[in-house]
Amino acid sequence: MDPELARAWSRKLHDAGYTGLTWPKEYGGRGLTPTYQGIFLEETARAGAPGHVGVIGLNMAGPTIMHWGSEAQKKRYPERILSAEEIWCQGFSEPGSGSDLASLRTSAVLDGDDWVVNGQKVWSSYAHVADWCILLVRTDPDAAKHAGLSFLLVDMRAPGVEVRPLQQITGDPEFNEIFFTDVRVPRDSMLGEPGQGWQVAITTLLHERGTLGFGLTADLERQVNRLIALVKEPAPDGRRPADDPYVRDAVAGEWIELQGLRFTNYRALTTLLQTGIPGPEGSVAKLVWSEANQRLAKVAASVQGLSAQLTGEGAVWDGYWQYQQLRSRGNTIEGGTSEVLRNIIAERVLGLPRGR
Amino acid sequence: MDFAFSEEQQQLRASARQFLADRYDDGTAARVADSESGFDADVWPNLAELGWFDPELTFLEYAVLFEETGARLLPAPYFSTVALAGPTLRTDEELAKRLAAGGLRATLAWAEAGVQQGFLDHAGLAARVAGGRLDGHKVLVPDAAAVDLFVVAAREGSRGASAVGLYAVEAAHAEVVPRDTLDRTRRLGEVRFAGASARPLVSPDDADRAVAVLAQTRRWSLAAAPCEAVGVAGRALDLAAEHARSRQQFGRPIGVYQAVSHRVVDSYVGLEEARSLAYWAAWCVAEDDPQADRACLAAKAHAGEAAVAACESAIQVHGGIGFTWEHVLHRYYKRAQWLAAVEGPARDQRAEIAAALLDH
Ligand SMILES: Cc1cc2nc3c(=O)[nH]c(=O)nc-3n(C[C@H](O)[C@H](O)[C@H](O)COP(=O)(O)OP(=O)(O)OC[C@H]3O[C@@H](n4cnc5c(N)ncnc54)[C@H](O)[C@@H]3O)c2cc1C
Repeated sequence: MDPELARAWSRKLHDAGYTGLTWPKEYGGRGLTPTYQGIFLEETARAGAPGHVGVIGLNMAGPTIMHWGSEAQKKRYPERILSAEEIWCQGFSEPGSGSDLASLRTSAVLDGDDWVVNGQKVWSSYAHVADWCILLVRTDPDAAKHAGLSFLLVDMRAPGVEVRPLQQITGDPEFNEIFFTDVRVPRDSMLGEPGQGWQVAITTLLHERGTLGFGLTADLERQVNRLIALVKEPAPDGRRPADDPYVRDAVAGEWIELQGLRFTNYRALTTLLQTGIPGPEGSVAKLVWSEANQRLAKVAASVQGLSAQLTGEGAVWDGYWQYQQLRSRGNTIEGGTSEVLRNIIAERVLGLPRGR
Repeated sequence: MDFAFSEEQQQLRASARQFLADRYDDGTAARVADSESGFDADVWPNLAELGWFDPELTFLEYAVLFEETGARLLPAPYFSTVALAGPTLRTDEELAKRLAAGGLRATLAWAEAGVQQGFLDHAGLAARVAGGRLDGHKVLVPDAAAVDLFVVAAREGSRGASAVGLYAVEAAHAEVVPRDTLDRTRRLGEVRFAGASARPLVSPDDADRAVAVLAQTRRWSLAAAPCEAVGVAGRALDLAAEHARSRQQFGRPIGVYQAVSHRVVDSYVGLEEARSLAYWAAWCVAEDDPQADRACLAAKAHAGEAAVAACESAIQVHGGIGFTWEHVLHRYYKRAQWLAAVEGPARDQRAEIAAALLDH
């Protein structure tokens, strides 16, 4: 979707009162329970409507600022995330630090009233359109790995910030390298204290979990419905994929996965509402969603035969599934790889010994 | 939004778990399973005392109980009585009373050799009732040698091929031939009826009602099986995780190796999804939700496969000990296979779901 259109749609959602459903009223939200957010996301999916453009702001930056920020920060940032006035990106990963995020090296050194930032981030989605960045930096090189990190809110237009788009396997430049050269960040743009960066980053992920599952389920529902529509149409060779028993089995299998994901979310949400703490069900959602999304796109491509190689205008659905098949490969990498998620479940949920 | 069991249901779960753990440690369970009969003939009154036959129970309470009986492989015909025969028994005042009082063990005798064997496939059934006497030969009857009464699907002799009814036959009037069965706590048997005195519970005169009761039977068994499967998969997962924590090789617990730990995690992920689907199906059945049939199919397909996979992973993670008769794992594996196979493999349920999604 065209970025200007995407912003306009997001603004419309905001004006209609559908953004920040769970955020406190004083920061522009509606102060409702996660149930409302879940319902909204389900209905969005059913209508086939696009989501809000500011996903990183909505799911990561906003909640983290509201949890850790000063009153001034909470007044300054969240509402503009909801209205899509300001787009955020996430500067966590580095060339040398992906899964082992806490080994990151981008540095921030205090100089007068500013932190001076030097280093490089990579794979940063939306950085090319972003106004702000949640940036994880090392402020104490002598402290133990996790204890030397801090969490900054950085203006992407500040001098010394350079964004270089990277082309993804889809051909689209959706993520970027970000270079920081002597970028001055005001001292009061830190979330938490120096050295608390890891804790702040963990909050980002925890907060995300409550309703992340609903977003993923909504997304999967959209894809399952699209797959059903596709296989009912005649394929390029004239056959109807929905008549093929293997296709039927696969479609039903993904529909079942979707229901499993949906009701796992309901259980997770109930745990969250009852205890205030996200239960282990939440960690399952991303693993299941990402792998289902990949399988499903492959089924959609396979029913096209060699025509699945054709792309762009004139291809089946103008190449939608060709794009989706490629884009979905990122789903098991972004936001924590499936291997890392399995390590986390093994250690934290099943109590297996740490392997690393 | 409240997708969780109530406090009373959680108490029911806790008391069931305690009772089953006390009565059937793995050693005892194995002894019963390998005994001549394969079931614990004395446990029935205890189950009644625990309230497991209380007519007030909804399917949500049964869901809790099936999960717990699956987790301990209860060696008694509770599944057969409640899920298979139950929907028919409850239509009859006298039998419902006997059931509620804990004085009735029953099962369903529906399948016959050489014809389709689903709960709704009654077109080819040859069992006939004439003048209150039943003649027929039923196969694959669960817990055939462990019950007091059979609920039998049969036709009224004089009528056309389409009318099927459900009849009660006391076990004393039937000839039971137990078959060697992989799952030794839920053995299958053949049952021959030769002029057996049969009382109609759902008469073939009322064809709609007979079809409705059969549909209900199918729904109950398709919802009960995944609940049991969740119990089975949960126990297999616990055993695998425990072994991965404690067994040492190359100087470290094997759980540090990701080839081991990720396998166990995949069992956990499969189990959590199966649990969600099983509870959804149970809720739909309890509420008579219009989605009930699809939910039951989805739960049965997914949980059956998840339980089999969890047991297979657990066996692999245990190494040689997991391959022995002595270790309890094979018993769970065999129950998982039983559950995955009943009313057809998962692909049959997926085929039905696909028809609903694609053919209109
Ligand atoms: C589409 C997309 C968007 C992204 N957007 C952002 C963004 O906006 N902001 C941002 O900061 N980052 C972003 N990322 C980066 C993403 O978080 C990282 O790619 C991811 O954390 C993995 O790090 P890596 O690429 O360095 O791979 P590595 O960590 O080097 O991993 C390589 C492989 O090794 C495996 N591996 C690593 N460690 C272990 C272990 N302990 N056990 C088992 N296997 C292991 C991994 O699972 C993977 O398969 C994005 C990535 C993608 C694909």
